[in-house]
Amino acid sequence: MKKILSLGLSLVAATVAATTAAASAATVTGAGASFPYPLYSKMFAEYKKASGTDVNYQSVGSGAGQQQIIARTVDFGASDNPMSDEAMKPAPGKLLHVPMAIGAVVPAYKLPGDPKLVFSGKLLADIYLGKVKLWSDPAIKALNPGVTLPGLPITVARRSDGSGTTAVFTDYLSKVSSEWKTKVGAANSVQWPVGVGGKGNDGVAGIVKSTPGAIGYVELVYAKQNALSFGAVQNRAGKAIVADNGPAAAAALGVVIPADTRVSLTNSANADAYPIASFTYVIFYQDQKYGSRTQEQAKDLKALLTWMTTSGQAYNEPLDYAKLPANVAAKAKSIIGTMNYGGAKF
Amino acid sequence: MNETVLRRINRPRLSSKGDGVFRRVVVGLSMVIALTFVLSIVLLGVQSWPAIRQFGLGFLSTNVWNPPKNEFGALSLMIGTLLTSLLALIISVPLAIASALFVAEYAPKWLANPVGYLVELLAAVPSVVYGLWALFALKPLFQQFQTWLFLSNPGLAAQCTDLFNAGKTSLPCFFMPQVLVGQGFLLAVTILAIMILPFTASVARDVIRLVPADQREAMYALGATKWEVISLAILPYARAGILGGVILALGRALGETLAVAMVIGNTPELLKNIWAPTATMASMIANEFGDAREGLHRASVVGLGLTLFFVSVVVNLVARTLIVRMTPKGL
Amino acid sequence: MAVSQMKPPQPASLGRAGLSGSRKTKNAVMGYLIGLGTIVVVAPLILIFGFLLIKGVGALDANFFLHTPAPEGEKGGGLANAITGSLLILSMAAALGILVGVAGGVFLAEYPRHRLMPITRMLSDVLSGIPAIVMGLVVYALVVRPMGHFSALAGGIALGLLMVPIVVRTTEEVLKLVPLSVREAGLALGLPQWKVILSIVLPAAGSGIITGVLLALSRVAGEAAPLLFTAFGSNLVNFNPLNPTSALPLEIFKGATSAYDENQRLAQAGALLLITLIFITSMLARFANRPRR
Repeated sequence: MKKILSLGLSLVAATVAATTAAASAATVTGAGASFPYPLYSKMFAEYKKASGTDVNYQSVGSGAGQQQIIARTVDFGASDNPMSDEAMKPAPGKLLHVPMAIGAVVPAYKLPGDPKLVFSGKLLADIYLGKVKLWSDPAIKALNPGVTLPGLPITVARRSDGSGTTAVFTDYLSKVSSEWKTKVGAANSVQWPVGVGGKGNDGVAGIVKSTPGAIGYVELVYAKQNALSFGAVQNRAGKAIVADNGPAAAAALGVVIPADTRVSLTNSANADAYPIASFTYVIFYQDQKYGSRTQEQAKDLKALLTWMTTSGQAYNEPLDYAKLPANVAAKAKSIIGTMNYGGAKF
Repeated sequence: MNETVLRRINRPRLSSKGDGVFRRVVVGLSMVIALTFVLSIVLLGVQSWPAIRQFGLGFLSTNVWNPPKNEFGALSLMIGTLLTSLLALIISVPLAIASALFVAEYAPKWLANPVGYLVELLAAVPSVVYGLWALFALKPLFQQFQTWLFLSNPGLAAQCTDLFNAGKTSLPCFFMPQVLVGQGFLLAVTILAIMILPFTASVARDVIRLVPADQREAMYALGATKWEVISLAILPYARAGILGGVILALGRALGETLAVAMVIGNTPELLKNIWAPTATMASMIANEFGDAREGLHRASVVGLGLTLFFVSVVVNLVARTLIVRMTPKGL
Repeated sequence: MAVSQMKPPQPASLGRAGLSGSRKTKNAVMGYLIGLGTIVVVAPLILIFGFLLIKGVGALDANFFLHTPAPEGEKGGGLANAITGSLLILSMAAALGILVGVAGGVFLAEYPRHRLMPITRMLSDVLSGIPAIVMGLVVYALVVRPMGHFSALAGGIALGLLMVPIVVRTTEEVLKLVPLSVREAGLALGLPQWKVILSIVLPAAGSGIITGVLLALSRVAGEAAPLLFTAFGSNLVNFNPLNPTSALPLEIFKGATSAYDENQRLAQAGALLLITLIFITSMLARFANRPRR
C-alpha cells in the first residue's frame, strides 16, 4: 500500500511540477472547420517558425467551432458559414467574424476511368435527395453527352458532424432547388434523405476515395491532395465552371460584402464565378477579458489573426484557396482592430 | 514498571485513533465511487432536462432527428443499438461457448493456456483499433461482395431501386445492397460480434470450470460420449452463468462507441436494408455532442447518454445477479 | 482451478466399442465444430496484429516518435504529441485509479460490516458497465464546463474513473485471498488494524493489486471515446495538465477515417504501437499475478 500510495502521490507531484514548468509557453487554442484545415495547419506551422507562438487547432467541424466559442472552451472558433444572429444569441459576449480565405466546395466522385463530369445544381440536389440513384441515370447523361457512365449505384457521402461545408452546400442547394429548400433546408447539420456519414471533410473524402460509385462534397484542396476526380458545376449564368482559385475569388466579386463580412457567396451572380464558394471565418470575442484570460493571451490571438490576414495569405493560393480580395482584407483589418480587453484597446 | 503499565493502557487508545483516521480515509476515498454514480445521474439529468421536458417519454418512441427544425426522437437510434447488439450476440455466443468448451474440456494444458490467453488479449484490443481494422481490412471485402451481389443480379437490383424509391422494401431487397460502400449495419454487427466474443468466452470458461467433476465423471461412467457429457451434464449446469456472461457482453455491445461510429455510416434512420447505414445511441453521441448547440439539440444528445446510462445499469445488475446466483462467490 | 486441471476420465474402451454410429458421428462432428469455433474466435486477434505489423511497422521510424503531425498533405510527421499526451493523461488516470480503487478494495475487503459496504460494492460493479462515452459526457459537465476549457486533466479524470471499478474488484479479490491468520498474527502482535492492513495485508497482496492496476491501465489506455470531449486533442507536445492534449487512440480515430495516406499510415503505426504496449502490459499483469497462484 505504501508503495502504491507513494507511486500515486509521486505521479500527482510530477504532474503538478509539469504544470508550472509548461505554463509559460504561449499557446493559442482554436477549433472548428475542417474546410480550411489543410491551409490552417500549414499557416500555423509557419507562424510557429515566424513568431514562436504555438497554435493548437483541432479540425472538429464548423458546428463544433461555433459551439465551442460560445462555450468559451477555445480562444477562437472557425466556421465556413457565418453564424446567424440567432445562433450568436446564446454567446455571453459580442462575437466577431474575420474571413481568412475563399474556398470552393466540389462534388468529388470515384468512377472507373475517371471521367470528367459536369453537374448542375438541380442534379446535385436530386442526387442528394435520393431521386437519382444510378450513375447511368438520364439526368446525368443529359449533362454529360459522350461520356460512358457505368450502371453503378451512387453512394452519397455526406457529413455526420455539424459542418460549415454542409451549410455552404445545403445553402447552395436551397437556392437552386425549391424541393431541397422545403424538404431539407440549409444548416450545419440537416436530416439527410440519403447517404453515408463521414466525419470532417477528411472523412467524406475518405469514403469517396475508397468507394466505387461514391460522390461527396468536399473543399477543393481535399479533392486535389487526395487525387479525387471532381466535377464542374453550372453556375447561375449556365456556364460549367471547374473549381479553382480564380472562379472562387470571382464569387466574392458578385456580392456586396457587409462591414461585418458575414455573407453567403453561393450561387454568385458573377458569370465567371464558381457557384459553391464560401469565405471561411475565424470567430472570437470582441472583448477578450473573460474567464481567466490574460491580456497576454489576447495579444497573442490578435497577433495571430493579423498575421493570418496579411503575411499568412501567401499560403492560400499554393493550397488552392483564393486570397482575400483587397476590400475584404481591409474590412478584416478594421474588425481585428476593434478587439479590446475589458473595454481598453491593446 | 509504571511506564510499561502506561504503555499498555495507552496502546489501544493510540491504535484506535489511528484506526479511526485510516478508516475515515478509506471510506472517504471509497465514497468517490458512490459520488461518481450520483453525480453521473444528476449531471446527465440536468443537461438533458430541456429535452426531457419537451419530449418526455416520446423522446424514445419517435423517429426523427432534425437539428434545423429542433425535432428529436431516439427511436431509430434505440432500434439501431438493439439490433446491432442482439445480432452481434447471436453470432458471437455460439462461438464464444465453443471456445470456452475447447479451453475447459478439450484442449491439453499446453494448448488451453495460450488459447485462453489469446482470448484475453482479444478483450484488450482497443475499440479504435477494431474500427481501424474493420475500415482497412473488412470494408474492402464487404465492398467486393456487395459489388458482386449488385452486378450479378441486375434485374433484382433495378426492382429494389424502384422499391426503395417508393420507401418500401421486400425480403430479397432487404439483402440487396443499395450502395457499394461496405460501411453500414452489417459491418458494424460483424465488428461488434468480434469485440464481444472474449467477454462471453471468458465468463463461460470460468463457469464451465466450476461444474463439479462428479457431474462429468458420473456421465462418463454411464458410457456417455464427450459431447453427451457436455450437452447433458455441463451446459445445463453452467447455463445461468453463461447467460450472465452473455448479458455482460450485451452491456458492452450496447455502449460500444468508436468502432461502431467508424463503420456504421452514421445515419439516424430506421433500417430498411441489411447493408444500409444506420446509427446507434453511442455513435450518435460521439458524432454530435461536440457540435450540438446549447438547447434542445445538446439536451437530446445528452438524453441519449442518460438512456444508455440507465440501460447499462439495468443490464449490469441482471448479469451480476445471474452470475452470483450461479457461483456463490461471484466471478 | 483443480477441476480444470483434472483430465476427464477416459471412458472404458468396452463402452466406446458399444457406441452406436450416430452417437459416435455426433460426438466427432461436435468436437470438430468446437475446434472450428475456437479457431474463428482466435483468428481476428492474429489477423489484426498481423495486419498492423505489415502496415504499421514501416512507419515506426524516428520521425514517428520525435515529430508532431505535419501540415495536412505534407509528409514526415509523427505522433509525438499523442505519445506524450497518452503518458500524461494515463499518469493522472493512474493516480486517481490507484488511490480510489485500492481504497475501495480495502474498504470492501476489510470493513465487511460497514453499513455502506454493500451499496458501494454494487455501485462499483454497476460503474464498471457504464459506457466510456457516457463517462466522457459526465466529466465534460463535471470538469470541462466549470474550468472553461478542455484539458488533459479532464481526460485523466475520465479515464481514472473508468479504472476505479476494475482496480476495486481485483484489490478486493486478492485481499480476500490473504489468509485471516495473517491478519490475526498481526493483531496478536499488538499492531493496530490500520498498520496490519498497510504493512502486512496489502504487501502480501501486492502483486495481485499491481495486476489489477496494470489490467485497468491497459483497458483505459485504448479508450478514445471519453477523451473526445475532455482531453479534446492537440497538435502540440504538451505537458501542461490544464491544456488540451492528444492521445494515441484519438489520433488513431482521426487517422483511420482520413482520406490522406499519410494520416492513415500514422494511424496504423499508432495502432501497432498502442496494441503492442497494451499486450506487454497485459503480459506484465499476468507475470505479476503468477507467484500468487
